[in-house]
Amino acid sequence: MTDPIPVLRLEDIVKTFPGVRALDGVSLSVLPGEVHALMGENGAGKSTLMKVLGGILQPNEGQIFIEEEPTVMTSPMHAKAKGVVFIHQELSLADELSVAENIFLGELPLKSMGRVDWKKLYADTDAILKTLNVGFDARTRVGDLSIANQQMVEIARALTVDPRAVIFDEPTASLTDAEKVVLFDVISELQAKCVGIIYISHRMEEIFKMTDRISVLRDGQYRGTLITADTNEDEVTQLMIGRSLDLSRSASEHELGDVALEVRDLSCGDLFRNVSFSVRRGEVLGFYGLVGAGRTEIAETIFGLRAPTGGKILLNREEVRITSPIDAIRHGISLVPEDRKAQGLVLGMNCRDNMTLPQVDDLTAGPFVSDGAEVAIFDQYRDKLDIRTPGWRQTVGNLSGGNQQKIVIGKWLSMRPEVLIVDEPTRGIDVGSKSEIHNLIRALAAQGYAVIVISSEMPEVLHVSDRIVAMFSGEVVREFTAEEVTEDSLIQAISGIRGDKVA
Amino acid sequence: MTKETILKQGGIWAFIVVELIFFSVAGEYLSVSDKAFMDFDNMLLLLKQSAPIGIIALGMTIIMINGNIDLSVGATFALSAVVLLDSMTWPFMAAMGDWSIPLAWGFALLTGVILGAVNGLLVWKTGVDAFIVTLGSMLGYRGLVFMYNGEQPTSHLNWTLVDFAEAQFLGLHTATWFLLVAAFVLWFLMTRTVHGRNAYAIGNNREAAVNAGIRVGPHIMWNFVLIGFLASLSAVVFYSESGSVNPNDGMLYELWAITAVVLGGTKLTGGYGSIISTLGGVIAIQLLRKGLGHIGADTETVNLVIGLILIAVLFLDRQLNRKGKEELKI
Repeated sequence: MTDPIPVLRLEDIVKTFPGVRALDGVSLSVLPGEVHALMGENGAGKSTLMKVLGGILQPNEGQIFIEEEPTVMTSPMHAKAKGVVFIHQELSLADELSVAENIFLGELPLKSMGRVDWKKLYADTDAILKTLNVGFDARTRVGDLSIANQQMVEIARALTVDPRAVIFDEPTASLTDAEKVVLFDVISELQAKCVGIIYISHRMEEIFKMTDRISVLRDGQYRGTLITADTNEDEVTQLMIGRSLDLSRSASEHELGDVALEVRDLSCGDLFRNVSFSVRRGEVLGFYGLVGAGRTEIAETIFGLRAPTGGKILLNREEVRITSPIDAIRHGISLVPEDRKAQGLVLGMNCRDNMTLPQVDDLTAGPFVSDGAEVAIFDQYRDKLDIRTPGWRQTVGNLSGGNQQKIVIGKWLSMRPEVLIVDEPTRGIDVGSKSEIHNLIRALAAQGYAVIVISSEMPEVLHVSDRIVAMFSGEVVREFTAEEVTEDSLIQAISGIRGDKVA
Repeated sequence: MTKETILKQGGIWAFIVVELIFFSVAGEYLSVSDKAFMDFDNMLLLLKQSAPIGIIALGMTIIMINGNIDLSVGATFALSAVVLLDSMTWPFMAAMGDWSIPLAWGFALLTGVILGAVNGLLVWKTGVDAFIVTLGSMLGYRGLVFMYNGEQPTSHLNWTLVDFAEAQFLGLHTATWFLLVAAFVLWFLMTRTVHGRNAYAIGNNREAAVNAGIRVGPHIMWNFVLIGFLASLSAVVFYSESGSVNPNDGMLYELWAITAVVLGGTKLTGGYGSIISTLGGVIAIQLLRKGLGHIGADTETVNLVIGLILIAVLFLDRQLNRKGKEELKI
């Protein structure tokens, strides 16, 4: 292949919003049969670029070429007609409709009088599903499918036209390892058909496994394109954030205190069984496992959001009964939940009110909430956690992910908890703020808090934890100390390959 | 107050000013009477007439901030009115002379509190959506009104009561005072107390509120008690003067109250809104009614115009508050 024509080329795209230059002269070209990674921190301009490509936004300057033909994209439908299709991170499927109806939504084959040609619909759908090699058929109700299979439906939808370029936006965010393999197979097949692929992801592992070239955006600017085979993670990270991220091991140097929380044989139906562990003051206990291994559910049970079907929870060596978050909070257990926006924050409220939410009951003067006491707490934790906000009146929804997470953490710290459980501490947080949150977790342990960190990112778990509990399918497989753990042994443990238990 | 909130909550007051100017000017040319629209007495009367729906709308604001809705307020209003007027005719009450008045008020208010508590308990304990629960209780409570006295109006005129209701203190009518005091108390409740704070939090993100250890159920329940109380307070204020209640009275009040609340900028989805803005919404609607009447429009036209303005205002609000311009227009 000498100088093949790019299936898709973006040239000097500029997109400005009032006060912001969201895209500042971005160029990108995708060759046929190429998997081209697009990377950048949150807010770097990836989504905006994809919206321009999909015709949702019109660029102020620059041009889009499809097979070197200048094209103006007017809408996602138009883009699809031109052979540019998107597989979005968030699935947009109608649960109650069948697979076939979802795939051909908006373009159902018709007979006379506007009647749907069901026979053709199901036949066409099954033909597409066959190429994807999936285990369900055209008549299946989409709501009955697993997330991974629903994603396959999304992909099938992209294949109703002969695509020239397919854009995958964080496709593996909610997939298990086995499901990823299927997805990667599909991508390889598309590649073989000379389709150009843009692959947006934060996960270095996948990027290096799957892609041919990597283009990096930072602050809306094009930072360069690297050939995957000739580069490494450090170089990419540096392009993304302008410096490299320290994820070296950092075991505690301080003395550990007494056992703060102990869990014995805790079970909750099918979600997890006979889970036992303990965490001491000053210690960070990491929980690592695949999505669905039961980690979040354990945290929710300890926090009183789920009723256990067996086992005990001991706090300071005494058994406690926790039936609601109110009990948990009273006993000094706090949970920084997995989904910050849906579970942790009242997005429409200001920073101060969010931070004092659990204890506003105690901050009263007469019948009224005491402004002074609240602001004092906010100021204290804003300084302590280095929360960057113009002031406490700022609506939390307007803060960056990192600062939002610090508000949630501050909320619990101000309650002086015994145990702090942090579920996915850095999900959706840009690389720069990640290390801040990591340092914060380490610092909290050093101050004597017992901290439990649940994470799907192995480097993160390895970086912050003193001990790591590996989970597989609802059970604790093995516990590692920071000294003995290796990436390999951890991967084996969470994939259900039982490591030798010679700890 | 930040610039943002002033802009958002100031909208309804700007709208009121526009209405005043428009009707004053238009009145010069179109009015059948030669009285100016912005006549002082006229404005005082307007506030008084705003009171019945206004007091209910204040309660609706709290309910909607909390993320719920109450469709049964009109029926609660009617049933409380029946209790108020009928109880004064009971033999032991009649024997008490004018002392029966506070007792009758107590009965009426208690009725509202109980009906509200029933709604609240149902929403809390069954987990059924407030829309459905109160749709049911709207029908049920209205049924109680008809069971009480059939199709007949319930009447009792107590002149002491009428004098009280028609009294003016510092120029404002009794009903206006009730509206203003209720608004002030509720404004304090929502902005300065734990209950208010938690109500906003629950309406904005119920799951986060639960995770913060807030007892969601009791807060919801108290808000329903509160709106029940306010609906009956509204009945007390209105029927002390009129002295006669028809079994169909108060119908559609829930929708007028919601209209005022929404016009004031409170969100149907919960978590956002303000008592003071609702007061603005109530006054804006009453101004429209009066103003259109002033320039010679009939009742049917008034409703049409209010409906159109409601939609126009919310459309405008959506345009102004749309986050960026990334939202798809389909």
